Amino acid sequence: MAKIIGGITSSHIPAVGNAISNNLQQEPYWKRFFDGYGPAKEWLKNARPDVVIVVYNDHGLNFFLDTVPTFALGCADEYFNADEGWGLKPVAPFKGNAPLSWHLAESLVEQEFDITMCQEMKVDHGFVNPIRALYGDHEIWPVEAIPLAVNTVQHPVPTARRCYKLGKALGKALESYPEDTRVVILGTGGMSHQLQGERAGIIDTDFDLECMDKIATDPEWFANLSNTDIMRIAGTEGIETIMWMVMRGALKDDAKVIHKHYHAPISNTGAGVLVLDNEAE
Amino acid sequence: MGWQERDYDSIPGTYVFDGKRANPAYALNKLLYTLNEEHCRLEFAADPEAYCDKLGVKGEFKKAVLEEDFLGMLRMGANIYFMAKMAIPRGTSVQDAGAAFQGITTEEFIANLQKRAEGLTDKIKSRGDYWNG
Repeated sequence: MAKIIGGITSSHIPAVGNAISNNLQQEPYWKRFFDGYGPAKEWLKNARPDVVIVVYNDHGLNFFLDTVPTFALGCADEYFNADEGWGLKPVAPFKGNAPLSWHLAESLVEQEFDITMCQEMKVDHGFVNPIRALYGDHEIWPVEAIPLAVNTVQHPVPTARRCYKLGKALGKALESYPEDTRVVILGTGGMSHQLQGERAGIIDTDFDLECMDKIATDPEWFANLSNTDIMRIAGTEGIETIMWMVMRGALKDDAKVIHKHYHAPISNTGAGVLVLDNEAE
Repeated sequence: MGWQERDYDSIPGTYVFDGKRANPAYALNKLLYTLNEEHCRLEFAADPEAYCDKLGVKGEFKKAVLEEDFLGMLRMGANIYFMAKMAIPRGTSVQDAGAAFQGITTEEFIANLQKRAEGLTDKIKSRGDYWNG
């Protein structure tokens, strides 16, 4: 049976990709941010997942506004990165796991999550940067990856509670997969930031730290927040933090907190790393 | 019937990207989206006006694109992520755009971001269960 080994959260700020490409991890601006990934990398090395499911939002690379799926699952053999219009060098393509993806799609629809299935899906910084921060760059990635995109760009976006429920359904879907596949869920995006409007530049470190604590040990607290509550405190783009709840929902209620790391600002953003072990006693 | 008021409309200095922005700015956002492709970037750069016409970007929207008025574009409903595809290669980062919204310099904007995180390592230390270097 497939096993959920644990979950990791990570922000997915574009500048993080540039820092990795330019090897700036030990520069003063970046050192504390990247060093805080150390324990997460260590844990991941021992966890040895076969597959990571990356919960992220597309920022206008794969999805235009003609069709905006609320939840979209990659069901392909391979996923390609692209330059996103910024002229950056794309990273190597990611190998997917189509049989697992299609199983997830079947199980999620059975559980009344009517997910959009994607046989072609370009993956942007939201998907790529957390993998790069955790694994470094590779020509052949050491893990298979499945994208699960959540609309956080065009409102109405799903609520934190809906994301939490999707996570629970995802957990059930994985438990019913007959192959012995080891899975880690990455919940990406956030934390507090606002890029647009006269209110741009919002970072609320107290709220971010509270969110990290509560998502780990009292996810109902976060599930009770409305999207307006979250945007009011954490900024319009801070709404991305709802995607952490997909990861949280997939894990056991008493999953063990292995690591917590928070740094701000990176670019315009508060950046958090949470590692939860689903098997630790 | 017009656009209904939403509770998030009362957040000051904030333009939540919903139907009332996505609908009128559809052609503008489509133009911005095409800039994902190198051949579209070249075509746009060669003749911005013709490119606007081809994508159906008209009136005030077209004027803002031709003047590279990123602030105006955002106010008219350009989505920040789509707009970044035009702005960043032209030397306007999202921090420059944020600063312009507030009428301050980018340096001041960045300094304000730093201020919001002041005392962070002490705060984290007092919580006890966070990695802190």
